[in-house]
Amino acid sequence: MSAATDLPGLTATALQVVAVVAGAPFVVGGMRQVRARLEGRAGGGVGQPWRDLRKQLRKQQITPAGTTVVFGFAPAVVAGTTLLIAAILPLIALGSPLDSAADLFGVVGLLFLGTVALTLAGLDTGTAFGGMGSSREITIAALVEPTILLAVFALSVPGHSANLAAIVSATADHPGQLVSPGSLLAFVALAIVIIAETGRLPVDNPSTHLELTMIHEAMILEYAGPKLALVEWASGMRLTVLLGLVANLFLPWGVAGAHPSVLAVLIGLVAISAKVAVLAGVLATGEVFIAKLRYFRIPELLAGSFLLALLAVTASYFFATPT
Amino acid sequence: MTTALDDSPTVPAPDQGLTAARQARGQAVLSGGVTAALGVVGVAFGLSAVFGQSWHLRIGWLLPLVGVVFDLGPLGGFFVAATGGVSIAVGIYAVGYAQREHWAAFTLVMLPLFVAAMLLVPAAGSVTTFLLAWELMAGASLVLVLSEHRREAVRSAGVFYAVMTQLGFVAILLALVVLSAAGGGDAFATISAHSGAVSAGTRTAVFLLTLMGFGSKAGLLPLHAWLPRAHPEAPSPVSALMSAAMVNMGIYGLIRIDQQILGPGPNWWGLTLMVFGALSAVFGVLQASVATDLKRLLAYSTTENMGLITLALGAAALLSSYGAHQVAAMAMTAALLLILSHAAFKTLAFLAAGSVLASTGLRDLDKLGGLARRMPGTTVMFGIAALGASGLPLGAGFVGEWLLLQSLIHSPHNNNTLLALMMPLSVGAVALTTGLGIAAMVKAFGVGFLARPRSAAAEAAAEAPVSMLAGMTLGAAACAVFAVAPVALSPVLRQVLAALPTVGGNEAGPALGGYLRLPGIPGSMSPGLIAAALVIAVLVALGLGRWGWRRRPVAAAAALWACGADSLSSKMQYTATSFAEPLQRVFDNVLQPETDVEVTHFAESQYLVEKVTYRTTLADPVERRLYTPVVRAVTTWAQWVRRAHPGSVHLYLAYGALGLLVVLVISR
Repeated sequence: MSAATDLPGLTATALQVVAVVAGAPFVVGGMRQVRARLEGRAGGGVGQPWRDLRKQLRKQQITPAGTTVVFGFAPAVVAGTTLLIAAILPLIALGSPLDSAADLFGVVGLLFLGTVALTLAGLDTGTAFGGMGSSREITIAALVEPTILLAVFALSVPGHSANLAAIVSATADHPGQLVSPGSLLAFVALAIVIIAETGRLPVDNPSTHLELTMIHEAMILEYAGPKLALVEWASGMRLTVLLGLVANLFLPWGVAGAHPSVLAVLIGLVAISAKVAVLAGVLATGEVFIAKLRYFRIPELLAGSFLLALLAVTASYFFATPT
Repeated sequence: MTTALDDSPTVPAPDQGLTAARQARGQAVLSGGVTAALGVVGVAFGLSAVFGQSWHLRIGWLLPLVGVVFDLGPLGGFFVAATGGVSIAVGIYAVGYAQREHWAAFTLVMLPLFVAAMLLVPAAGSVTTFLLAWELMAGASLVLVLSEHRREAVRSAGVFYAVMTQLGFVAILLALVVLSAAGGGDAFATISAHSGAVSAGTRTAVFLLTLMGFGSKAGLLPLHAWLPRAHPEAPSPVSALMSAAMVNMGIYGLIRIDQQILGPGPNWWGLTLMVFGALSAVFGVLQASVATDLKRLLAYSTTENMGLITLALGAAALLSSYGAHQVAAMAMTAALLLILSHAAFKTLAFLAAGSVLASTGLRDLDKLGGLARRMPGTTVMFGIAALGASGLPLGAGFVGEWLLLQSLIHSPHNNNTLLALMMPLSVGAVALTTGLGIAAMVKAFGVGFLARPRSAAAEAAAEAPVSMLAGMTLGAAACAVFAVAPVALSPVLRQVLAALPTVGGNEAGPALGGYLRLPGIPGSMSPGLIAAALVIAVLVALGLGRWGWRRRPVAAAAALWACGADSLSSKMQYTATSFAEPLQRVFDNVLQPETDVEVTHFAESQYLVEKVTYRTTLADPVERRLYTPVVRAVTTWAQWVRRAHPGSVHLYLAYGALGLLVVLVISR
């Protein structure tokens, strides 16, 4: 592959990963801050998640009795899959050397690999909380998968490819496709799915510790110290990466090309940071006004998004712009 | 296992114990060794046939009039090689398993015979030979299913299996007889040469009959009901052979008769295959995700995977009939890849389930748990199989499912409403299948092997002997190759595809190099590179987690959080039933569970509850809706016919005379 020896592309990819690793806690902190201000609280500041991480990483490593390596390695697998996704996606520049190694289906697969690792860890603890969280999480994941793949389908119709660079550059070249019914429906479907997959309101409340409503938090209840830090870091990175993906799939401006100059990379970095910040702010604002759905109402929401995705595909078939 | 005790012929006296053990060992080694050797022969012949060496053999004296004809081409070779591969792993495994479970001599003899019969089916070159081999395979498998016949459940499963497999055979027999009458000969080569002259009506009849017969063997809806009965009750190595190799013969039949000999068919053939495939996949995986019996779960997963393969086959046929040969070649390659990967991970899964069963006597996930510490080797093996079955990256099934999805989304749809509707719906079905498959496999692995033991039997589990682990290792190695280096299969798939002109065989299929490339479409993927990059990424993540480790106090173990109580009992864990409860509720309408809640109040006050009994049963709704009425109708009819033979010899003589008269009148 010529892309593998392409130095600017490699640098851009490395920068992308570093930006996600460093920026994810700020995204989480920013969302908490927006929520706090809207609720009339002072809030802990945008940097609070970073301070939490530093504190957790210095704490004692605790192994709950009876757990196996599955529990021990799950945080690293979640974080690892997320880092890999960050390296594949065209966040700052298009020319990731891994772009041709994994298309959108591969990315979805990696995302689910991380989810599966955490659900197994929840079961591995052998507590009621762990099992409960895992059961709920895997049910949502199973119902999310059809929508994600159909949305991928809808998005890959205009670019005739499921590889991300092709989709993003097709949208950048034909911005008119963005206002097509297929694209809009796919956006809504994907947004719902990402909210479900990252455990935000109304599917899961990231700040709850009430056993009746916990999903993600129940699953990771036994984690403490450095491993908890890794899990929380990873879930922040997942959120960041997925917001970045949505941003660039539907607003691909500012993304540097395959062989970018230094300036283009910097513009790309600023552009994606701004897009993710705006999306995160919108998401956090929206969350203030809605309550968590009852668990058994979530499938209805997901069925709705599945229908939207199906319509998106059909629409992109019937209203396909001639190329 | 209780049946192991039942099946051992006599309890040997102490002085004879050593000799008897040595004899049992010798018999097991012989049986397993012959099975594995047959597997090696199968792989060798199969691969040589795939690469162009066609084998032709005619034994005239074996069957009167027509003789026995074997004719092994690339397609048959592919299935012979796949069956052979499964048999090698099962043969090695059976050496240990047969000793541990004290197999009777009869079972030991039937195991290699079953493998031999399965190897002969794809090698058959004529209708008669095919039917003979098919019936040998069905008979041998039936006998093996019944090898623990002292248990009631086994006998009932055996009857069910016998009836369904014979009804399927009748359908195939009718189809092939009609076909050979219309095609002017007994040999497949002759029929193939004259297939153009076969009338449309005959084609339709043959297609429908073969769909029924081969579909029941492959476990497609609604003829799947024997799988979740027979596979759990058969000894585990036999389950592995049936589930990973025998069901493939149904797919082989569909490809060989309907595509290679009769094809290309009208477009509704492909459409029908797609519909039945999608329904089977979704229904199978849904049942698997709520099943609590480990082997029943795996059996339903077989229905799911055969459904996906049939869907891919149907898509290839449909696309081909619309002239989209390139995408059809992709779909067909996906079908072939799925056959191989399913064979690998399902062999491994059933063998690992067999280890668990041999060690604990349990198949019920609700009573298992904690095996990761007690059977680490088996746990790793089942983990690899479960990863393969869930279709995630690094799993054996990923590449096949990826190709299937790619072929569905890249189907051309120009002005064709049928394709424009069918393909998105199929993608939805495949995606739902994958999602629920992940849930089913997380349940099987997480509840069955992780956490803490839920019963005394699971607590006392011990690791399987070396030969069983060796057999499983072989399956795991195959899974690993399919997962990260499908390039190894590329030459085989190319050859087989070239033998299937009606499903895109004239086109170059997808290039399975280090990068998987799609022909004519800008799309690629590299499972090997993903695996390598993921290893690096996980190492980086571990590095991130070590940040500041110098300042940490020494690591320690701590008790689990028990909400302030003293300790957690293992009964407080989630079980397989509770784990799948949300899914069961979501798919309430399809699964139709029957739930009884019985509340007993205290005599003093009806506001105080003394106890609550909760019972839920999940019967197969298709079975209840379709099979029960049929069985009832047959029984009613039999009762009615019974009136005609009250036991009077005079009446029977009258029947005979009447019958003779009718024959005479007709034949005059």
